[in-house]
Amino acid sequence: MSGTSAIELVDVVKEYLAHGEVVRAVKGVTLDIAEGEFFSLLGPSGCGKTTTMRMIAGFEAPSKGLVKLLGQDVTNVPPNRRDVNMVFQSYALFPHMSVWDNVAFGLKQRKTPQEEIRRRVGEMLEIVDLTGREKRRPREMSGGQQQRVALARALVNRPRALLLDEPLGALDLKLRQAMQIELKRIQREVGITFVYVTHDQNEALTMSDRIAVMNDGLVEQLAGPREIYERPATAFVAGFIGTSNLLAGSAASGVLKVGGGRVLVPGHDGDVSVTVRPEKITICTDEPGAGLSAVRGSVTEVVYLGTYNSYTVSLTDGVEITVFQQNVHDAAATAERGDSVWLSWQAQHSYVIGS
Amino acid sequence: MRGIRVGDRLLHIYTWLVIVWLSSPIAVMILFGFNDKQSKSNTSWQGFTLRWYAELFDISDLTVALRNSLVIALISTVITVVIGTMLGLALGRHRFRGKGVTNFLVFAAISTPELVMGASLLSLFVSGSVPRDANTIIVSHVLFSLSFVVVTVRARVVTLDPSLEEAARDLGATAWGTFRQVTLPSIMPGVLAGAMLSFALSIDDYVVTSFVNGSTVTFPLWIVGAVKTGIPPQVNVMGTLIFGVGVLIAIANAVAARRRN
Repeated sequence: MSGTSAIELVDVVKEYLAHGEVVRAVKGVTLDIAEGEFFSLLGPSGCGKTTTMRMIAGFEAPSKGLVKLLGQDVTNVPPNRRDVNMVFQSYALFPHMSVWDNVAFGLKQRKTPQEEIRRRVGEMLEIVDLTGREKRRPREMSGGQQQRVALARALVNRPRALLLDEPLGALDLKLRQAMQIELKRIQREVGITFVYVTHDQNEALTMSDRIAVMNDGLVEQLAGPREIYERPATAFVAGFIGTSNLLAGSAASGVLKVGGGRVLVPGHDGDVSVTVRPEKITICTDEPGAGLSAVRGSVTEVVYLGTYNSYTVSLTDGVEITVFQQNVHDAAATAERGDSVWLSWQAQHSYVIGS
Repeated sequence: MRGIRVGDRLLHIYTWLVIVWLSSPIAVMILFGFNDKQSKSNTSWQGFTLRWYAELFDISDLTVALRNSLVIALISTVITVVIGTMLGLALGRHRFRGKGVTNFLVFAAISTPELVMGASLLSLFVSGSVPRDANTIIVSHVLFSLSFVVVTVRARVVTLDPSLEEAARDLGATAWGTFRQVTLPSIMPGVLAGAMLSFALSIDDYVVTSFVNGSTVTFPLWIVGAVKTGIPPQVNVMGTLIFGVGVLIAIANAVAARRRN
C-alpha cells in the first residue's frame, strides 16, 4: 500500500423509490481504498455492497456524497469515462464476439492503434492462460475459462481499479479455490487495485488486504482479515464471520458470571457482550485453573468433520456454545453426547464487542 | 417389436401426407408457370414451355403492380423495423407510464380483423382528406405489421442480460456505440424475424390495401382483378420467383444458425 488512495467514497448515500416507498440501500458509506490494495466488500445479500460497487463503476448515481478516483471527483462522470473496469457476476461476455474481440473491445473504444491492440490482447490472454483459444465463442468455453476471459477483458485496459462483483459465485468449489489463488496471483502481477464484492467470508479472508463488512447499508467494520476475525467490532461481524459464541451479562470487577462459571473481562464492568471463537475453547472434565475463563455444561451434539470435531455444549443457563477440537491424536472424541464438561479459554481470547 | 414398426410406418405416411398437403398449392403454382396454355384460362395442363419466363414483363400493368408491391413492401418494412425495434426495446427493457396501454395496443393491432382495420383507415383518411395513393398504403402496412416486429424484438430483449450493455459502457463505449456493437447484434435475430414477417405481410396484403389504395394497384390487387378474365401464367412465374427468394433466405438463415452453434 503506497498510501495514495485509488478510490474514495465520502458519506455516500443511495436511495431509490420502490412501490412508492423510499428505500435506503446505502446509508452513508465512507471508504478510502489505497492504490494496489485488494479490498473486499463483504456482507449478506441486500446489505448494499453491490450498490456501493455500482456507484464506484458509475452505473448508479449516489443520492448524496462523493465518489473520487485518484483524488478526482467523478460523482457525475458516466461509466464509459471512468478509469475503472468491472468483472460482472454473470461475466457479461458478448456472445456474438470471439474471445479475441471480447478482450479487444475496450481498446477499440479508445481508438488504440491496431498494432498495440494485437500486442496487448495477446499478452493479456497469455496471463490468463487462454492463448490458442482466441477464436472461440464464449458459450463454447467452460465457466472457469469464461471467468478468465471476463478478467482479461477488464484488465487489458489497465484500469486504475478493477471491480469484481461476486466473480466466483457461479463456479464449483474446487474451481473457486483455484481461481482465488489465480486472482491473487494476477493482482500481484498487474499491481492494480482490486475491489471485490462477496458474501463468502472465506473468500474475503483468503484474498483481501482489507475488508469492509457491510450490513443494512452501513460499514460495520473496516480492517484486515485477521483483525476482523479475531476482534470483531460488533455482534453482527462476530456472527457473520466464521462461527462465534456470544456470552452476555453484567460484569463485576472484571468478571462476568455466566453459565455456571466465569468469563474474565479485565477492565470491564456493567453490561457486556463477549465473543469467543470455537477453536479457542478447550474441553475438559476437571475444573480449570483460576487464570482461565471457564463455564460448565453438557454436550448435546458431536459432529465429526475430518480435521476437527464440532461440539455443541449447552451451558447450565441454557446458552449454546460451539467448540472445535482438532483431531491431533486420534479420531476418538474428547467427550460424548450427554457428558458433563468444563469449557475453558484464555482471557485474551474473550473479545468484548462494542454493542 | 412389430407394433412399434407398424406405428413407425404410420407416422412416416402421416408425415408425408402433411408435407404433400402443405406444399401442393405451391407445387401447382410453380407447375402452371410452365404450362403451354392456348386458351384464356390457365387451369388445365397443356404441355411444357419456358415462354412465360421469357415474356415475364410483357404485361405492363402487372409489371407495374409487382414493382409497386415490392417498393411498398421494402419501404414499409424499413419503417416498421426501425419503429418496431425501438418500441420492442422500450417495452422489453424499461418501465414507463403508459407501458400497459402500449402493450395492449400492440396486441389489439394483431387481433383486429383486417376488414375492420381497412374500413376504419379509409374513413380516417377520407375525413382527414388525405389523398389515397402509395403513401397511404405504406402507412397502413406499417400499422398492421408493426406489432409483429414489436413482439419478436421484445421476446429477444427480455432474454438479454442487462449487464451486457453495462459491460460495454464500462469498457468505454458510448451509448450509441453500445447499441451498435452490443444491443443490436444481440437482438438481431428478433429484428430479422420481424423484418421478414413484415415484408411477407406487406407484399401479399389484399384486404387493407383494397381500402386505402386510391388508384394505385399492387400485385395482389391486380391478381384479384384478373380472376374473372383468367390469371396469366406470368403471375405464377412471379409467385415462383418470390417463393424462391423466400426459400433462399430460409436456407441462408439455417446455414447461419448452424454456423453460430
